[in-house]
Amino acid sequence: MSEQNTAAIGTEEDHHHHGPDNGKGLMGYVKRWVFTTNHKDIGTLYLWTSCIMFFIAGTMALLIRTELFQPGERLLDPDFFNQMTTLHGLIMVFGVVMPAFVGLANWQIPLMIGAPDMALPRLNNWSFWILPFAFILLISTLFLPGPAPNFGWTFYAPLSTSYGPPSTDYMIFAIHLLGISSILGAINVIATILNMRAPGMGLMQMPVFIWSWLITAFLLLSIMPVLAGAVTMMLTDRHFGTSFFEAAGGGDPVLFQHVFWFFGHPEVYVLILPAFGVMSEVIPTFSRKPLFGYSFMVWAIISIALLSFIVWAHHMFTVGMPVAAQLFFMYTTMLIAVPTGIKVFNWVSTMYKGALTFETPMLFAVAFVFLFTIGGFSGLMLAITPADYQYQDTYFVVAHFHYVLVPGSIFALITGVYYWLPKWTGRMYSEALGKWHFWLSAISLNITFFPMHFLGLAGMPRRIPDYALQFTDFNVIATLGAFVFGFSQLIFLVNIIWTIRKGKPATGQVWEGAHGLEWQLPSPAPYHSWEKPPNILPHHPRENEPSY
Amino acid sequence: MATPEKGGYYLAPPSHWPIVGSVALFCIMFGAAHWLHDVEYGPYLFFAGIGILIFMMFGWFGQVISDNQRGLLDNKQMDHSFRWGMCWFIFSEVMFFGAFFGALFYIRIFSVPWLGGEGPGAITHLLLWPNFESTWPLLNTPDPSKFTGPKSVLDTWGLPALNTLILLTSGATITVAHWAVLKERRIQALVAQGATALLGILFLVMQVHEYTIAYMEKGLTLGSGVFGTTFFMLTGFHGLHVTLGTIMLIVIFVRIYKGHFNKQRHFAFEAVSWYWHFVDVVWLVLFVFVYWF
Ligand SMILES: [Cu+2]
Repeated sequence: MSEQNTAAIGTEEDHHHHGPDNGKGLMGYVKRWVFTTNHKDIGTLYLWTSCIMFFIAGTMALLIRTELFQPGERLLDPDFFNQMTTLHGLIMVFGVVMPAFVGLANWQIPLMIGAPDMALPRLNNWSFWILPFAFILLISTLFLPGPAPNFGWTFYAPLSTSYGPPSTDYMIFAIHLLGISSILGAINVIATILNMRAPGMGLMQMPVFIWSWLITAFLLLSIMPVLAGAVTMMLTDRHFGTSFFEAAGGGDPVLFQHVFWFFGHPEVYVLILPAFGVMSEVIPTFSRKPLFGYSFMVWAIISIALLSFIVWAHHMFTVGMPVAAQLFFMYTTMLIAVPTGIKVFNWVSTMYKGALTFETPMLFAVAFVFLFTIGGFSGLMLAITPADYQYQDTYFVVAHFHYVLVPGSIFALITGVYYWLPKWTGRMYSEALGKWHFWLSAISLNITFFPMHFLGLAGMPRRIPDYALQFTDFNVIATLGAFVFGFSQLIFLVNIIWTIRKGKPATGQVWEGAHGLEWQLPSPAPYHSWEKPPNILPHHPRENEPSY
Repeated sequence: MATPEKGGYYLAPPSHWPIVGSVALFCIMFGAAHWLHDVEYGPYLFFAGIGILIFMMFGWFGQVISDNQRGLLDNKQMDHSFRWGMCWFIFSEVMFFGAFFGALFYIRIFSVPWLGGEGPGAITHLLLWPNFESTWPLLNTPDPSKFTGPKSVLDTWGLPALNTLILLTSGATITVAHWAVLKERRIQALVAQGATALLGILFLVMQVHEYTIAYMEKGLTLGSGVFGTTFFMLTGFHGLHVTLGTIMLIVIFVRIYKGHFNKQRHFAFEAVSWYWHFVDVVWLVLFVFVYWF
């Protein structure tokens, strides 16, 4: 431990100690990053990959918005527009949000549970290094003969089977690779959390971020194989004469939707549960109060995850299901509002009468609570079967899931990065740039997505490159907002690079109100986090415990 | 902390095996996709990928075995990591089969009866294929011009029942092998493990035989409508898992022969036996819902 303490403040010299000696030059570089078995290196790789993919998929979003700036076919060929919506969705889900949360998991889980590394370090490397190959396959579809996948990120049969372009097969194999990567990653996370906690840290002493990842890993292991099954069925329908989704042979295209959404609904919790975890760390820190209702927060995560397996057909109210099924899925879906409501209530209660300060992570966290709740409410509206007949496939749906994903998942990721960046780099980010980033993002995203509610209610269909004249004004506003949002993210990038290069040294504690094991380590955290498990567990304070 | 403390949690040093594995997977996937599009080098790339993957597995598992022989993994916590890892891997495999079983049940309970006019399918039936009759096994598809149905399907109590018996027996022999490993009776372990592997091979031979009958005599093919689809996809993926399982059984046989296992140190054996039992259980469910009812 004494060695670690001397390295408490990040200096230039430390960089030499920060990692194994792999030799100089290109080979040294390759060995460091390609062969690495270190959770921090792998976390960094995940985060930077996701950052690159974020700007690629963001560019696609801006192309979509540019086309929609005015009615009529202006910029993009309609087929290319469809390819953009498809790839934007696929990359944002599989290339940005999922890898970024896995990156946070890699960095933070060992630090927060007092472990030296992830449980299976070599497997950890493999989980990451499958990803770039998967993205090469996925993006290669743009350069192959014929169009790239153009049927939406949900790749419904028969659009993706009988009518899918040849490049669909490359997408299928890319999804297989992404699935393998996620499954291996989830196995590692679950083994680490169940097995590597410091002595004395029981399950109910774990930070909520760790809980959220434990449950997320379980969800991933349950649903990624089902997605693999779905794309395999697509592949055999396309090439080997099977008739899973072919009514002429006795199958049913609707079966595809069932299999896909059995994956798809829990998947949205894969994208949001770790976000809940981040919030449950950040809000108490800047409220200088323990998290309100810890055990309720844990049970809420668990019940959300379990409920997520019996709600999938709320995406399919209009495909012709029996009424009884529609009612069942409507009620189960609405039930999810209960644990989600508990979470929002508890975050707000944590802030109530707290000594609040609004550093950048807290700003993003507070915005998350407000804006995610808006997305939650529109989700409730969509859950009402008879109302959904009106909303289905309109911009209202687009508004809904962008509200839960952008100020939800993406804001949580940004929050997590600002919050833990000083711990990772040993340097403070620029608060001024952070505030600019926050205010521009928070305002512009509302300008982008709020009008979409009105467009949807008025009947503008999604996934169509043209629209009727009366929708023009709101589309103009949305496009302007989107550009501001997109370019604001460059501030984030600049801030991160600036922090790494020039940031002021950070202390080990970093945040005055922060609790948890990661803050007991110096900043930057030593290359091997906890070579010896911490002796005394820091009290992860709870609301109902008088000791705090 | 370059050299781990004896008995501490072993942190594997940097390794090149994962990236070799990724290259292998990429070649397999990219090769398969090219193959499907009749690009000349598709199959070569695909098989090269398989070759690299096998090379990687030998290398990676060899590394773990040698770590273990050097005593680096003699740690309770380490052992638990491997155990949890294998458990959750099998869980994900269960979910994979779950997707296909789910499809089977949906097709049998909903899609075929609806096409035949039951329940909410009345209009669909009238408009699409008014002459279609819902039966299971589905011998006449809704549109025979696109999907020719099979003449007949396999007799439950012939080959499939025999195969059930074979797999159940192999489940017993691997348990005998487990006892033998625990009691460090090498010869008994070798005989029982060898028997298990042979039963696995026998199962696969029978399965190939069954497929030949299905294709040659009964007209039951992947393209013969949704019965053939679910039949071949479920039994096919099961067969693939039996193949992998049998290879693993043989590897374990060799490792018993080499004396790698003792009372305390035999996790690889257990992992493979878990996998084999999983394959066994999948078959039982398959037998009931694909062959029997
Ligand atoms: Cu859903």
